Amino acid sequence: MPKLRDVATHVRSKNAGPFWVTVDVFFADDRTYRTYRDDPALGAATFARMFGTDAAQVKRFPLDALNVVKISYPRPHPQGGAVERDMHAGQQAHYLLDLELGSPI
Amino acid sequence: MTHSGETTVAVPTGALGSGIRAADMKAALAAGAHAFAVDAGSTDSGPSYLARAVSKYTREAVKRDLALLMEAQVKAQIPLLIGSCGTSGTDAGVDWTRDIVLEIAAELGWSPRVALLYSEQSRAAIKHKNAAGRVRPLAPAAPLTDADVDACEHIVALMGPEPYAAAVRAGAQIVLGGRTTDTAVIAAVPLLRGAGTGPAWHAGKIAECGGQCTVNPLDGGVLIRVRVDDFTVEPLSESNACDPHSVAMHMLYENSDPFRLIEPGGVLDVTGARYAAIDRRTVRVAGSRFDPAPYTMKLEGAANGPFQTIMIVGIADPAVLGDLDAFAERWTAVLYDRARYGVGDDAEFDISLRLYGWNGVSGRTPSPGTPLPPEVGVLFVATAATQALATAVAKACNAAFFHYPVKAGIELPSYAFPFSPAEIERGRAYRFVLNHVVEVDDPAELVRVAWAEPSRREVAAGA
Repeated sequence: MPKLRDVATHVRSKNAGPFWVTVDVFFADDRTYRTYRDDPALGAATFARMFGTDAAQVKRFPLDALNVVKISYPRPHPQGGAVERDMHAGQQAHYLLDLELGSPI
Repeated sequence: MTHSGETTVAVPTGALGSGIRAADMKAALAAGAHAFAVDAGSTDSGPSYLARAVSKYTREAVKRDLALLMEAQVKAQIPLLIGSCGTSGTDAGVDWTRDIVLEIAAELGWSPRVALLYSEQSRAAIKHKNAAGRVRPLAPAAPLTDADVDACEHIVALMGPEPYAAAVRAGAQIVLGGRTTDTAVIAAVPLLRGAGTGPAWHAGKIAECGGQCTVNPLDGGVLIRVRVDDFTVEPLSESNACDPHSVAMHMLYENSDPFRLIEPGGVLDVTGARYAAIDRRTVRVAGSRFDPAPYTMKLEGAANGPFQTIMIVGIADPAVLGDLDAFAERWTAVLYDRARYGVGDDAEFDISLRLYGWNGVSGRTPSPGTPLPPEVGVLFVATAATQALATAVAKACNAAFFHYPVKAGIELPSYAFPFSPAEIERGRAYRFVLNHVVEVDDPAELVRVAWAEPSRREVAAGA
């Protein structure tokens, strides 16, 4: 099965206010985008497992016009507290690159 | 003011103090801008600035940007709006910016009318609103408690465009605002001059980070032209460009929802927005909507946290690198033992080891088969209620952190520590507390207005 790093052209993450992180997954073209837009590997359970967030609050937005899937999740700890390791959450997306996509929906 | 069909706003930078360029100001004047709008604040850099009510940028950097803006203003005689003064938009941030503005005004020999909009809130005011059932949590927060409010060193409410528009209508040439939504500062003058609400708010969002919506975000600020049904955006720099992709992409940036943005007094909905190039550097955007909703202001609050003392070593020893996870576990246990011996069993503290080059960012165990790094940097973080205790923990750990061997029976290693003294007191940690909105009857209800007169340094009532 392909990994996210094989099928996405770019993956990035960023803080969206002090309490949320948002991840953007970019695909090269409409066909690739539609193949993986609804892939369960990019679902709430993955974000709960990898980042310790509450699966029930994970939001997922397909942006058909841009060939982008956006996933937003609450930070387990608000930005910038005593245990902070990634203030802008800008490195979190890279941990998704080895996700295996293409499982049956 | 009457509606002229188009309102042009120059946004020469996404953050006051980050470096406005003289050429951009020249371009803004040549384009016939009706206003300059600049955001000076953000929570992006963490809770420290709000908790301490201090600016992220230096006074010199902010003064340099303000001087460029005010010199242009003297020529153009158009309003200058600054939102979220002093990074966090506290009252102290507004006053700090006011003093810089008055200093520049004196240097320019100019006497602008300066309006000051304060939106910092007392704990009592927020508790009162909460008791009245008018404070609501935003996901993932829980309902507000008095303890949350009491924890905050400073609380600010995010203003909408109305106080800015009112100040301009009352003759303000410079408006210095406390905490405000980034979009509102930019949308204020277009809304005042009769632009469409959807285009005005959407233009505000697109321009809020200056050049971030251009193809080269490092090449200066942007200019928006807002009309009744649409708006255009273009870079101020001739060498830069906006294209439909760079502009549409900006709705993704730092937004948890790319289609709907909740603002004071309504929701910007860009689901139906269409982006089209009208020349090689300008994009036209139509189809955005602003749906009015009961007026709310978002609250931000930051609290003092514990103190931290840190130490750093580098390790290139292959025996350690080959056993990093187990080694770090044993090492941490030994450090806790030494610290307890040093500061006593009753003292409360935390020790965290972060192995940069291995898992310093994630803190998780790398998957089996992960290639070993050539070296790792290890950050030791002691956290405690006082700086003295955090430092006592670090000092007690000094020998074990620098010389703990990977196995028993070998000579003690010395890991590479770069500084003498080895421990660094980094001060307090801080934390964001509030993630709530407050309902208000009027956009000005929680806003206090004052005027600063350059000739008389004192400020009118309300400051």
